[in-house]
Amino acid sequence: MNIAVLVKLVPDTEASLKIGDDHRYISTADLNFVLNPYDEYAVEEALLQKAKHGGTVTVISFGGDEAVKALRNSLAMGADNAVHVKNPGGIDLLGVAKTLAAVLKEGRYDLIFAGKQAVDDDSGAVGPMIATLLDIPHVSSVIKLETEADKLTAEREFEGGVERFELTLPALITAHKGLNEPRYASLKGIMMAKKKQIEVVEAEPVPAKTEVLRLTYPPLRPPGKIVGEGREAVPELIRLLKEEAKVL
Amino acid sequence: MDILVFVEMRGGKVRPAGFEAISGARKLADVAGGKLTALLIGKSLDGLTGEIEKYGADRILLAEHPLLEGYTPEGYREALVAAVEESGAKIIVMTATTMGRDIAPVVTAKLDAALLPDCTSLEYKEGRLSVVRPVYAGKLIMNLAATSWPVVLSLRPKAFLATEREGVTAEVSRLEVDLEGKIRAQLLETRAEAGDKLDVTEADIVVAGGRGMKSAENFKLIEDLASRLRGAVGASRAVVDADWRPHSEQVGQTGKVVSPSLYIAVGISGAIQHLAGMNSSKVIVAVNKDPEAPIFKSADYGIVGDAMEVLPAMIEAV
Ligand SMILES: Cc1cc2nc3c(=O)[nH]c(=O)nc-3n(C[C@H](O)[C@H](O)[C@H](O)COP(=O)(O)OP(=O)(O)OC[C@H]3O[C@@H](n4cnc5c(N)ncnc54)[C@H](O)[C@@H]3O)c2cc1C
Ligand SMILES: Nc1ncnc2c1ncn2[C@@H]1O[C@H](COP(=O)(O)O)[C@@H](O)[C@H]1O
Repeated sequence: MNIAVLVKLVPDTEASLKIGDDHRYISTADLNFVLNPYDEYAVEEALLQKAKHGGTVTVISFGGDEAVKALRNSLAMGADNAVHVKNPGGIDLLGVAKTLAAVLKEGRYDLIFAGKQAVDDDSGAVGPMIATLLDIPHVSSVIKLETEADKLTAEREFEGGVERFELTLPALITAHKGLNEPRYASLKGIMMAKKKQIEVVEAEPVPAKTEVLRLTYPPLRPPGKIVGEGREAVPELIRLLKEEAKVL
Repeated sequence: MDILVFVEMRGGKVRPAGFEAISGARKLADVAGGKLTALLIGKSLDGLTGEIEKYGADRILLAEHPLLEGYTPEGYREALVAAVEESGAKIIVMTATTMGRDIAPVVTAKLDAALLPDCTSLEYKEGRLSVVRPVYAGKLIMNLAATSWPVVLSLRPKAFLATEREGVTAEVSRLEVDLEGKIRAQLLETRAEAGDKLDVTEADIVVAGGRGMKSAENFKLIEDLASRLRGAVGASRAVVDADWRPHSEQVGQTGKVVSPSLYIAVGISGAIQHLAGMNSSKVIVAVNKDPEAPIFKSADYGIVGDAMEVLPAMIEAV
């Protein structure tokens, strides 16, 4: 099975973020970056499918030089090949999807994995966009996947239940937490990943249809108060919630 | 500027976020001018038009087909694209729910449109549409504008108020959708959770428990308090990973982002990834036995104490 995984580097979820001087992007100075957590599930699932069906796992990342780290991390987990699609600048979500779709089309993959969302822009858009552009079926936010030779069943959660789909390959799946337990890269994996050749693709700019006007910090919460200790504090808490906060 | 709003339904009923989307779209239509068309997709929809009308749509479009009874990205895509054509809409509004977040990018790619996802407010000024949306799990707020038409928007649940309008009537028409050979990702089954359980993202009150609850059994207390308050149960990642609670309840950066009027965090330390998911709640209450727990910095009201002692007292008091 010829499998592709789309991976992105994002700020560490631990990090507090600073807005850059342009007020449109974050300041990346002193910021630690990690593989997007949902993409870890995607890479893990690709490796599990390869173990089951054979084949190769190619990880693909669109971005500047930082994207290489996402690729190395995925290679260290066990991916076979890596492709760095260089960001020509000025691209928005649909532009990223179009660029990646063109690269994926060349690769003739049977199964494509992406994350449910990148925890930076939180759009959750690139996966379903690519499936649409490639004209292949997809299921997003998958928490359970079963595969046979060329058939998949995929489950996902919605607000209030679970829905299960059946589809045939080629197909695209976006991975949600719960799909699997991503493995840690072994020392050997990390060493091998350092030596692997990363294929570079130069992308053409795609005119953006959206424009970031401004980034701001969310309003600060006013300082709260400790109502008291233990069960004795409960009546006063309830009174405050009713009379002061008016939420009960 | 004509607007199409896709009104989300599940199990034959309009979701709360669906009504919010009509109201959000109505306000936009008032400013942008033009007609507001509400699209319903399903199997038999006649009984629902009255409900929809109240929220102020000028037109209601019914896309009925046996294959549209349950959600599939390809089936709903066909209905949506046909509705955009029929209505001539340049702005397409949806809900930023599981369904909306799946279908909005599909429709965007199909129409070669601009996507403004997961918006918490909208502005139309001098022919330009811009939105506010939380990014980095709410750590920052982004103002994002569309620079071309059409535009697909999804509205975050609970960010827009569903408000009824007086004396509005809508013209109802039907939309033919050809689904022959279109649906490749087929829906095998939908399992609704037992007894109309409220989702954390939809609840007005959330009672969430963390590792401080000590065991899965002790979550009975969280459930009791939530049910007394007609709220939903939330959970930290630690307790989801420990299999005490289902994934669907996880709040935070890799879980759900919620903004209820009241969020009660019990035995949750307040890690940055958890805060990211609930920091936009209107009022936050923390119960934690450690007075130094970071959650108290984000809480409006705190009680320092043992959850096993405080929760029963709270259940009794409400
Ligand atoms: C990539 C990534 C993504 C993540 N995403 C999420 C996410 O989406 N959501 C999330 O929640 N976390 C997330 N986390 C995990 C997060 O960092 C914390 O580990 C987690 O939130 C801790 O859960 P907790 O507060 O329940 O447990 P703990 O940190 O163990 O805190 C338990 C708290 O309970 C208190 N306590 C103990 N006993 C009692 C008692 N008897 N009565 C009252 N209080 C008591 C303690 O004082 C303590 O403050 C993520 C982490 C990573 C790395
Ligand atoms: N620049 C990128 N390079 C590779 N994959 C990406 C990129 N951006 C998004 N993706 C993939 O699409 C998923 C959803 O991203 P998003 O739509 O940005 O939330 C991610 O989890 C990745 O799998």
